[in-house]
Amino acid sequence: MTDVNINIEHKNFNPTTTSVTKKVIANLDIALKSGEFVCLAGPSGCGKTTLLNILSGLDKNFQGSIKLGQSNTQPSIGYVFQNPRLLPWRTVRENLELATSASPEILDSLLAAMNLTDVQQTYPAHLSLGMSRRVSIIRAFANDPDVLLLDEPFVSLDPPTARQVRQLLIKLWSEQSHTVLFVTHDLREAITLADRLIFLSSSPMSVVTEIPVSIPREDRQIEAQIELFRSKIFSDYPEITTLL
Amino acid sequence: MEKQLRSQILTSLSILIFFSLWQGLASFIDSNTLPPPLTVAKVLWQEILTGQLPYHLGITLLRLVVSFSVAMLLGCAIGIALGQHKQLNAFFDHWLVIFLNIPALVTIILCYVWFGLIEVAAILAVVINKVPNVVVTIREGTRALNQDLLEMAKCYRFGKWKTFSHVIWPQLHPFVMAAARSGLALIWKIILVVELLGRSNGMGYQLHLFFQLFDVASILAYTIAFVSIIQLIEWLILKPLDQRALRWRR
Repeated sequence: MTDVNINIEHKNFNPTTTSVTKKVIANLDIALKSGEFVCLAGPSGCGKTTLLNILSGLDKNFQGSIKLGQSNTQPSIGYVFQNPRLLPWRTVRENLELATSASPEILDSLLAAMNLTDVQQTYPAHLSLGMSRRVSIIRAFANDPDVLLLDEPFVSLDPPTARQVRQLLIKLWSEQSHTVLFVTHDLREAITLADRLIFLSSSPMSVVTEIPVSIPREDRQIEAQIELFRSKIFSDYPEITTLL
Repeated sequence: MEKQLRSQILTSLSILIFFSLWQGLASFIDSNTLPPPLTVAKVLWQEILTGQLPYHLGITLLRLVVSFSVAMLLGCAIGIALGQHKQLNAFFDHWLVIFLNIPALVTIILCYVWFGLIEVAAILAVVINKVPNVVVTIREGTRALNQDLLEMAKCYRFGKWKTFSHVIWPQLHPFVMAAARSGLALIWKIILVVELLGRSNGMGYQLHLFFQLFDVASILAYTIAFVSIIQLIEWLILKPLDQRALRWRR
């Protein structure tokens, strides 16, 4: 488990088609406690994916600092991308074996937990989108990462499948207690999953407000509780309606 | 099953019509310049029995294998480098255009003049002719690499070798196969010219000899033998390679 401290002074973006430089992120300060599940919500195109790319080390072109954990060792990161990004020419099992150093037994148990045991020798082209997303979640979890980044992993899934995968995610998280940063547009989903919600402004992105989710975990399956909390957020913070 | 049978009948019919037309034309002209298929078959069989055809065909195939392998390896390495590094590509792009447009005959003559009528010069001439084509094809393949998958590999710390063999190479495969197929067709034609101009064995040397003797039947017999071998390479090596590499596709 790892603390995460994000301090980005600014992050610029140069579209290749114009010479104009656009400021995507400005004065962003976010701190995550070890084992905390935090959901990020903000308008489309505000820079949430850019933030996750910075955290994962894919984007190093920014001003500021990212601190993951206390120790000097590089913490491991699991990243569930917006699309599953599986290698089409490798089977489900091969995709997992290539990306992780997990033992065959761990992979077996994760595949079983995600109901994918029967399709592990299948190529991704033969999987449904929901199945592919579950494989990408296993890939992120299998290394037992210190920090887990999820970028709208359930977008475009039908509601029953999304609900099922969400429950599986929470099950895995509660077993392994990773520090999680989860990007979503869906406030109900965020309330169901998170310990804390962070709302972000449009470009240049910065924190608008942070709201801890006070509903006990065992009550998160009760839709009325979620709806009540959601209504309370809208009445207490009317400006949030423009951010979703 | 019925579809397969129909396809086989169509192929057989096509070959039969080709040879019938050849036979018809040869009977009509009735000249040594166009011998009928049966005469060519007899010459082919005699050349096989004397061992002349297997020897010269073997020599040419050896040159084909060596120059093809060197050209593909060099072309892939340079193509990947140019596709990945914009500045390197900007520097070498003009060189590439120059080499692409130098006639094969010029390269062959220059190699023989500079290095002498030796085997290395012959192979070098073929390689210089083929490498630019491979580079251009592989460069385009490298430019079209899926960045999302490369990011995934970086994020999950694949390392250089794993990224190359599991992420980059499968994406380059169609481009490599295209370069291999066009390469095979181009290289064997260049090799014949190389052999004709400066070697004392191989198909090119033999064809030159037959040309001087006006022996069209032998020319056609050697051509049929060589085209058959190239077709066999396609059926036995390239097609199975393709099927194996693309088995993941729906």
